[in-house]
Amino acid sequence: MSQVDKSQDSLIQIRDVGFSFGDHKIYDHLDMTIPRGKVTAIMGPSGCGKSTLLNFIGGRLKPDTGDIRVNDVSVPSLNRRDLYALRKQMGMMFQSSALLTDLNVFENIAFPIYEHTELPDELVKNLVLSKLQMVGLRGARHLMPAELSGGMTRRVALARAIALDPMLVMYDEPFTGLDPISLGVIVKLIREVNDALQMTSVVVTHDVAEGCSIADYVYLLGQGRVIGQGTPEEMSGTKSPEVRQFMGGLPDGPVAYHYPARDYKEDLFQDWPDD
Amino acid sequence: MSRNALELWVGLFVVAGLAALAMLALRVGNLSTVNVTDAYKVTASFQNVGGLHVKAPVTMAGVKIGRVSNIQIDREDYSAIVELSIDRRFNNLPTDTSAAVLTSGLLGAQYVGLEPGGEDTHLKQGDRIEITQSAVVLEQLIGQMLFSKAQGDR
Amino acid sequence: MTSIRLLGRWVINSVLRLGRATMFLTATLVGVFWILRRFQLILQQVFAVGVLTVLIIAVSGLFVGMVLGLQGYNTLVDFGAESSLGLVVALSLTRELGPVLTALLFAGRAGSALTAEIGLMKATSQLAGMEMMAVDPIERVMAPRFLAGFIAMPLLAAMFTAIGVLGGYLIGVGMLSVDSGVYWTSMQEGVDVYDDILNGVIKSVVFGFVVTWIAVFEGYDAAPTSEGVSRATTRTVVIASLAVLGLDFILTSLMFSEI
Repeated sequence: MSQVDKSQDSLIQIRDVGFSFGDHKIYDHLDMTIPRGKVTAIMGPSGCGKSTLLNFIGGRLKPDTGDIRVNDVSVPSLNRRDLYALRKQMGMMFQSSALLTDLNVFENIAFPIYEHTELPDELVKNLVLSKLQMVGLRGARHLMPAELSGGMTRRVALARAIALDPMLVMYDEPFTGLDPISLGVIVKLIREVNDALQMTSVVVTHDVAEGCSIADYVYLLGQGRVIGQGTPEEMSGTKSPEVRQFMGGLPDGPVAYHYPARDYKEDLFQDWPDD
Repeated sequence: MSRNALELWVGLFVVAGLAALAMLALRVGNLSTVNVTDAYKVTASFQNVGGLHVKAPVTMAGVKIGRVSNIQIDREDYSAIVELSIDRRFNNLPTDTSAAVLTSGLLGAQYVGLEPGGEDTHLKQGDRIEITQSAVVLEQLIGQMLFSKAQGDR
Repeated sequence: MTSIRLLGRWVINSVLRLGRATMFLTATLVGVFWILRRFQLILQQVFAVGVLTVLIIAVSGLFVGMVLGLQGYNTLVDFGAESSLGLVVALSLTRELGPVLTALLFAGRAGSALTAEIGLMKATSQLAGMEMMAVDPIERVMAPRFLAGFIAMPLLAAMFTAIGVLGGYLIGVGMLSVDSGVYWTSMQEGVDVYDDILNGVIKSVVFGFVVTWIAVFEGYDAAPTSEGVSRATTRTVVIASLAVLGLDFILTSLMFSEI
């Protein structure tokens, strides 16, 4: 496994982050560096706190310990105004797309532009149409979110995430629940948007195939820390049992098949109800 | 919904609400009948005002011309000093006008009725009505009746 | 032992909720200050909570007024006091029924809709999405709704009362034997603009504030699931109704008790 070249330009540095929800420890000494201008995939089993990581970067949550720096700014220590200013340079695509249900497709994409700029209507229209053209939904601009298919919804959400031409786009589970065609479209779009607009992309996913097909660099999370990292090729060639289990989708391995329990036989002979 | 339609509906809503408020104030309430700011005040002292209370109407010949604005007790002779606010339109009441605490109907609310006298001079702000007639207190009346009946029987 | 622990938990949770609600209110009021520039947003919400509630308010007001006319007449006529019908109808409406019934209907119609809408926005991460677009949902979503409810409620209560008085007129004068002039003059004799009407308006302003606050907060505080949203909606109607009735008692004893 090769480390990220430290001399390489990095956009996000996550240093020694610890975080827990109540008694449940999510992260313990997490370190991560996300290179600028690349697509980085963060993979890991469901419930390992991948989305929490995006919330750290976006400043919606604060870690208990450690620091997160985006573009050389420490996110947890920002005040509200600076945080909002930073967020204008970030786009995020939610798993549920989070489109505003009372606005149509056009208005949804125009929303961040209208909220943050004083641009004349004509210019906003051109901006929105160019984003819609990019995701291939210029013809659907009058539809309401409820009238869109799952794949189209994702594409609109993507267009909205890049409406303000941010430096960073975060995708939370962009591949979940899509048919193969829509999946192909989204994979292609994430790559294209990243290269054409020279953004940095962070893709959080548990889909190994799509994650690897799209990413320049992969982080694998498990048990609250990074258990593997590298380019997709390095990851598939790794010997680490944890990484192999996840990449290969093996039912049993370092992540046990069984939820921790006492001995099965002992349980069977236990008086019922137990405890 | 278009922007114009939205503005129109909200505009209608606000107009309807304000119209309802105006109706309450003018048609249901007494804002139109008594203009308290444009009134002059006179006082009258009664031995007993009965159930008279502040804001009760002041009438002359059955027409409302003002309202009771204050009721106090005189510290010297223990009579009730009633302050009457009378509309400026009726500024030609003779100085020997008399005042009585009356009851509308047998059990109705009490009010002050004015009876004009014959003087040429008129009551003005701060004047005092000298001739007054106290409230008829039903219990006293019944008591007196029973008493006189008992005396007559003897 | 368990029941005492449950009681303790309930008290702690209630205090925590109250604290969150108060902080939420503060943030919303600050948001209202900012959102005043966005007139269009407020208009949209006045339409949603105000205009769409007019119909139920008007119909209820008419029927309540008609019932008051009928019941009031039947009671008063026994004492030969049917000339006071206008006064009875107007006083009950301006002092109590107008503000209280409007607030209850408002909680059921507009309040529940507000909670459900905001709760659904939360459940579908629309609020989180706004935050990530650097748009403050309290300012952009909560403040205009709160302000709209605050504006709409007194206007709705005035409409309810006015229509109710007309409903009483319809029955008393139209169907029964009360004279039209007597109906109106008995009102004007007895209804005081400040003591009765203004106090009624103050009540409706207070109710509007509280009901909208509860509705918007419950939506914002809802668990982001469909079950959470439905529970929050129920809670809005229950808590807002209880709050209205409780506050009504307090306000009435402050306003109308002698000395």
